[in-house]
Amino acid sequence: MTTAVSSELTTELRGFRSVQRLAYECAEAVAARLEPGVTEREAARMQREWLRERGVRDWFHLPFAWFGDRTAFVDFRVPLQFFPTDRELAPGMPFILDMAPVYEGYTADIGYSGSLGADPLHDRLMADLEAHRELILRETRERRSLREIYEDVERLMVRQGCANRHRAYPFGVIAHKVDRVRERRWAPHLFGFGTQSLKGLVSDALRGHREGWSPLWSPHRFSDHPPKPGLWAVEPHLGFRGTGAKFEEILVVTDSKDPEESAFWLDDDLPHVRRWAEEK
Amino acid sequence: MTTLKGARERTVRTGGIELCVAELGDARQPTVVLVHGYPDSKEVWSEMAPRLAERFHVVLYDVRGHGRSTAPRPLRGGFTLAKLTDDFLAVVDAVSPDRPVHLVGHDWGSVQSWEFVTVGRTEGRIASFTTISGPSLDHFGHWIKDRLRRPTPRRAAQLLGQGAKSWYVGMLHTPVLPEAAWRGPLGKRWPGLLERAEGVAAGDYPTASLPGDAAHGAWLYRDNVRPRLSHPRPDAYAHAPVQLITPQDDAFLSERLYDDLDRWVPQLTRRTIPAKHWVPRTRPDQLCAWIEEFVASVEGGRPEPGATGPHAARFGGQLVLITGAGSGIGRATAFAFAEAGARLVAVDRDAEAAARTAELARLIGAPQAWAETADVSDEQAMEKLAERVHRAYGVVDVLVNNAGIGLSGSFFATTTEDWRTVLDVNLWGVIHGCRLFGARMAERGQGGHIVNIASAAAYQPSRVLPAYSTSKAAVLMLSECLRAELASRSIGVTAICPGIVNTNITSTARFAGADETEERRLRKSSARLYGLRDYPPEKVASAVLDAVARNRPVVPVTPEARGAHVLSRVMPGALRRLARVEPKL
Repeated sequence: MTTAVSSELTTELRGFRSVQRLAYECAEAVAARLEPGVTEREAARMQREWLRERGVRDWFHLPFAWFGDRTAFVDFRVPLQFFPTDRELAPGMPFILDMAPVYEGYTADIGYSGSLGADPLHDRLMADLEAHRELILRETRERRSLREIYEDVERLMVRQGCANRHRAYPFGVIAHKVDRVRERRWAPHLFGFGTQSLKGLVSDALRGHREGWSPLWSPHRFSDHPPKPGLWAVEPHLGFRGTGAKFEEILVVTDSKDPEESAFWLDDDLPHVRRWAEEK
Repeated sequence: MTTLKGARERTVRTGGIELCVAELGDARQPTVVLVHGYPDSKEVWSEMAPRLAERFHVVLYDVRGHGRSTAPRPLRGGFTLAKLTDDFLAVVDAVSPDRPVHLVGHDWGSVQSWEFVTVGRTEGRIASFTTISGPSLDHFGHWIKDRLRRPTPRRAAQLLGQGAKSWYVGMLHTPVLPEAAWRGPLGKRWPGLLERAEGVAAGDYPTASLPGDAAHGAWLYRDNVRPRLSHPRPDAYAHAPVQLITPQDDAFLSERLYDDLDRWVPQLTRRTIPAKHWVPRTRPDQLCAWIEEFVASVEGGRPEPGATGPHAARFGGQLVLITGAGSGIGRATAFAFAEAGARLVAVDRDAEAAARTAELARLIGAPQAWAETADVSDEQAMEKLAERVHRAYGVVDVLVNNAGIGLSGSFFATTTEDWRTVLDVNLWGVIHGCRLFGARMAERGQGGHIVNIASAAAYQPSRVLPAYSTSKAAVLMLSECLRAELASRSIGVTAICPGIVNTNITSTARFAGADETEERRLRKSSARLYGLRDYPPEKVASAVLDAVARNRPVVPVTPEARGAHVLSRVMPGALRRLARVEPKL
């Protein structure tokens, strides 16, 4: 790769990194304001307003909030159940905030797990996620097929005694591609997803279908290919009997021959990564 | 005379009566007062009192007219609940003048204790109350009234059911006859009757004072039952925390009696035990454990209960050992028992997986959980495990023989080595478990339960699973035989036949006759098939708990397992035809 290309990449990456940081800042700010009695709808609105105030106009998807056993997607059958409800937060309850703002054309998609007050089980699950972050990076660098990596993540989750809950997402994805989005004055959304981003995803899917890859990282046959260069929002989601925990952040995959550069996490200064470092 | 070894005895005088009071244990510890029932004397507690005395100051007394306490003169009107409350207060004032006591009552001891714990003058004198097989007459009165007022079919059935169990109360209201019977033939036959009908081991209990106790005690009924049932107090609210222990096979009291109890007790802890009426004699260990736990929680300010699972009343505090607890059905079963508040021993040959199960179990409600490493097919390892478990954690209350491996392939491709491996784990593992842990269970004589995880393959033949099915059919029959043998010791044995469940059994299964790459491919595609079926092990786990709670003999779990179970009886030919099909993997 030439220097020109990589420096160009860097500016672009910087853009993605700053919006990802903004989103995590939002998650931390909203999490700090959560208290008993706050509903999922209110938590979702708090995220939306916080980001709007800071210039976010478009979304890959609108912010989600899940409380209590909804963090583990207990009895989720239809996608509509992902949308925020009037479930109220209570002390000791786990929660997940998930948002995907688009800022200056750069997309972030993040997931933030926490609990209101101490919850040793939730702490355990959060600690368990560390191994998944390492596993995903290692196997991506090894250029293993996405489907295989998916299966290995699932196996590790089962070994840890937990269930794979990202399977509940549409197409059962553990990750999906994100890209730059053209800024439009009017940015409508469809079923919670920004139309611009959906357009990008659909066109990727069409092109991928012709070329034999998919922008969705799933357990299905269409993901049986090595990692495609680009930005992947990776979201391993652990569930254990009514408690769920996840993180979501961007994994950068390049076509570099150097393993270190062939795949890396966009940012290592994130709340969950800092938390693991503190625990050591 | 007394069977209570090491007890300090004294006499407490109250209202012209002399009460014989016995004390055990360190008087500086919290005081536990045990009140006996009818026809009994304080010696009914002789199994439990010494054990409780290791941690508490245990006080027992003979109720007036029983044992070595004197009887009121005249007898009529001398046994009212008010007078029994006077006695209780006199005893408590003598043995624990400045600290409230923890009260435990069985049968009529519980009936009168309900009076103690619901009247105003004892407020502040009782810290907690554990009630065993004895309802409050006031609550009982309201229970009957509610059902007479609105006799829906269900409520009428409840009323009739309890009526049938209360036949003896009417008998006791006849004059002279009960006294004559007790002092005559009934008194003589009673120990034998107890042994036969209730499983109460003969020995130094009941004591020689039985005929006199029973004759005097008839006045407990005559003085109280009719007035209280017809005019129950409207304000019989408990002023102390209550733990209700309900024997499920009580011949005299229906479980339904306690349905409305939450109305009278603000913070009720429910426990159920599969046993008959005389639990202080037949299940002393479990009762002591529950009393210890309850008293400790009350003394410690009653923290929130950790276990909230559907079977918490039944399995709370019980010791459950599960083999193969590092994955699949074993692990899910461990978690289900943990949610019910059981203490767990998670056994697996994979130490790390077992430790993981134990750790998560503690996080979701198991008061204690330990990981043990053992290969169930290794006789010596299992013997060592049993010794370790019995020494460190106690006798197992529920044993789940779950560990198993898969083996597929035609009979002629299956080598003798394959046969040995699968039989060693699937059959010998179960045999070792039953032999080592079941023996101690039977020896203890306080009930228990053994669950063997068989398979739908135990009754569904298949050309591709000859060895596996044989091993599981053996487990099924072993369970049935053992159930027959252990029934007399009140130990239940259950065979669970799960069917196709999404676990990692496929990824470790052996495919006889396949080379390494072919085996890997077969594992993968069978894993995919099991994944498509996607029947979660958690559902099998809840079937295990249900089966233990209801003491069911054979439980097929998945719909296909249940269907095949029915077919195996009504249309075995269909299963035989199905057995010839070779699945394409």
